Amino acid sequence: MRKIKSLSDLEKWRKDILRKQDEFETIISVCGGTGCHAYGCKNIKDRFIKTIKENGYQKIKLRFTGCRGFCERGPIVTIQPQEIFYQRVKEKDVPLILSETIKKGKILEHLLYEDSMTKSRFISEKDIPFYKAQKRLILANNGLIEPTKIEDYIMLGGYQSFSKALFEMEPQQIIDEVKASGLRGRGGAGFPTGKKWEECRNATGKLKYIICNCDEGDPGAYMDRSLLEGNPHSILEGMLIGAYAIGGRYGYIYVRHEYPLACKNAEIAIKQARKAGLLGDNILGTDFSFDVEIAKGGGAFVCGESTALIASIEGRAGEPRSKQIHAVEDGLWGKPTNINNVETWANIPLIIKNGSKWFSSIGTEKSKGTKIFSLVGKVKNTGLVEVPMGITLKEIIFDIGGGPKDGKPIKAVQTGGPSGGCIPVSLFNLPVDFDSLKEVGSMMGSGGMIVMDEGTCMVDVAKYFIHFLEEESCGKCLPCREGLKRMSQILENLTEGKGDEESLYLLEELGQVVADTSLCGLGKTAPNPVLSALKYFRPEFEAHLDKRCPAGVCIPLIHYSISETNCIGCGACAKICPTKAIEGEKKEVYHIISELCIKCGSCREICKNDAIIVN
Amino acid sequence: MDIVNVNKIIEKYQEKRTALISILHDIQDRYQFLPEEALKIIASRLRMNLNEIYGVATFYKSFSLIPKGKHSITICLGTACHVRGGPKILREIRSLLKIKPGETTPDRKFSLNTVNCLGVCAIGPVMMIDGKFYGDMSPLKAKRMIEKLSKNTKKSGGRS
Repeated sequence: MRKIKSLSDLEKWRKDILRKQDEFETIISVCGGTGCHAYGCKNIKDRFIKTIKENGYQKIKLRFTGCRGFCERGPIVTIQPQEIFYQRVKEKDVPLILSETIKKGKILEHLLYEDSMTKSRFISEKDIPFYKAQKRLILANNGLIEPTKIEDYIMLGGYQSFSKALFEMEPQQIIDEVKASGLRGRGGAGFPTGKKWEECRNATGKLKYIICNCDEGDPGAYMDRSLLEGNPHSILEGMLIGAYAIGGRYGYIYVRHEYPLACKNAEIAIKQARKAGLLGDNILGTDFSFDVEIAKGGGAFVCGESTALIASIEGRAGEPRSKQIHAVEDGLWGKPTNINNVETWANIPLIIKNGSKWFSSIGTEKSKGTKIFSLVGKVKNTGLVEVPMGITLKEIIFDIGGGPKDGKPIKAVQTGGPSGGCIPVSLFNLPVDFDSLKEVGSMMGSGGMIVMDEGTCMVDVAKYFIHFLEEESCGKCLPCREGLKRMSQILENLTEGKGDEESLYLLEELGQVVADTSLCGLGKTAPNPVLSALKYFRPEFEAHLDKRCPAGVCIPLIHYSISETNCIGCGACAKICPTKAIEGEKKEVYHIISELCIKCGSCREICKNDAIIVN
Repeated sequence: MDIVNVNKIIEKYQEKRTALISILHDIQDRYQFLPEEALKIIASRLRMNLNEIYGVATFYKSFSLIPKGKHSITICLGTACHVRGGPKILREIRSLLKIKPGETTPDRKFSLNTVNCLGVCAIGPVMMIDGKFYGDMSPLKAKRMIEKLSKNTKKSGGRS
């Protein structure tokens, strides 16, 4: 790798890479995101390498890229310049792709995405409904580069925003540009990024730190992981611009320990950037020096909170402190520290490159730009979606997500993770931005969007979140530590049919106290999932008071039986039942002995005729 | 336990107290848990109290003070996995292995853990076996995988 010492070096490097690129006729990209890994994409990549070598295919470039977002359809293989999008590719398809598509130009129909409603098939990614309604700016390059190769990033104009900032802009100018863009923190709270930068720049002290928060503890959200994993240099470039503007000397990327691939790719990217002279002393031949290290988290949700995160980097237990003293003035090791989320950093190079006017033309009045959501749960097309702020929930869930997964009607979407709330289907025309989500009792959060259908019990979901937070509470302040414990007990009672009329009022009252008196963001927002569920789904809570669970989820309140009309007497359920609670003769209707049934659901899982009834 | 390895890890981080969490991660990667002797060595070399180190080691979920089994089973209980039936997978595994999350089977073959999110939400419910992800799980699939592992046969990833 060459060391870049000036702007012209960077440009020359890019031209050399592009020249080499021209030698290839075809580029095959295999998605190497964690989702596709679960479906065996590594075997597919290896098979491509082997088959290409064995058959002497020429002028093919094979890339192992970052996450493409449509994880549910993995493993994904795309072919350029033909713009072919193959999904659910199996290892045995590899020789076919090479011999048919690459050599003869034939499309393999069985690998194309098929819309389950219209039955139409799509060749190109941009025509697939899942991608069509998206506006992929930050995620755009994920599928075009190999995250472990800095050359790929440079090829697409990487580090040019940074060099523009370094050579053509004054630090204050950069801050003004970020302020003018209207960018708000993507970690959840939506604090104006430029304002935070300015405060940190103006803070007294020579040594300042820059931190990238990739703790992404919100269950159900994984955009930060995919960004750091799939395009780590874009995060480094954002941090470099921020460091130059703020006057930061050292940086940390705080990554969850559960994200091994993100850690690995970020570490490789840092090493490459150092070698290329983009990190370290006297970057690009200037006076500016900045270096970045990885700090690994230890699996504590609270460490996403800025003061707890700082404690964790310092090697202590991640307990938050009062926010009266801001991290921008007194942060890591007592020095001014600027913390931004991964997605926020990823926006910075785009703003510098295209200007604040371009950025602020996207989105709503108070929420600018795009936002990545992880669209998951009971929806047909699951994956990462990047959309302009202001798009409605309906568009995301039905147009991009394709509607319900198992045919059961969708009843709610949960946003904002454990700090957010459940939004009922009646409010799906709501534009998605920081403020409107807050108004309905939820929040943007880091971007998890978990779709729930009639088979999801809202009391169970509320119990799930409170239990989660009870476990993750660091225990420092009483309202959070004890309040969540009591709320958890009340909800547990409800799901067991032991609740009474007073339970719901108590929950509301307690929730309000926990929100008002907790020390940090975890406790302050903890009651949101319960309060929003009570607001929109009160009848479901009341049903639990009558010892009924309408969704058929809460085990003590449900019982299993077999439908006489649907049962064909195949006996599969009797065979799978672990307690031998199902009896019957072949070709006759089977029945369940309630006393023996442990309600494990195995019979329902195996029955092909929907004959198992839960009520 | 090999003391040389522990010392090497500590030296890699120049005996810095601030590197405590990284040191613990490396020790855990090496031994699959945090052996008491290792913690004592860290305490003396970092000039810290053993109880301070114990405090950090027990605060973070990813550290374990008890030895792990040959196979590590992790069930994701993130929201997306929860609504798609993650708890059912956990119930199945618990009844199969007869241990609770955080425990290891008496024959040291399996360790069971739960995690709040593995970040593979689009293909939930997700289960991780020995660092490898498996999506779209069902109690039945999970049962078969455990049975296969019990018979010491290996399964590689891929769509089933």
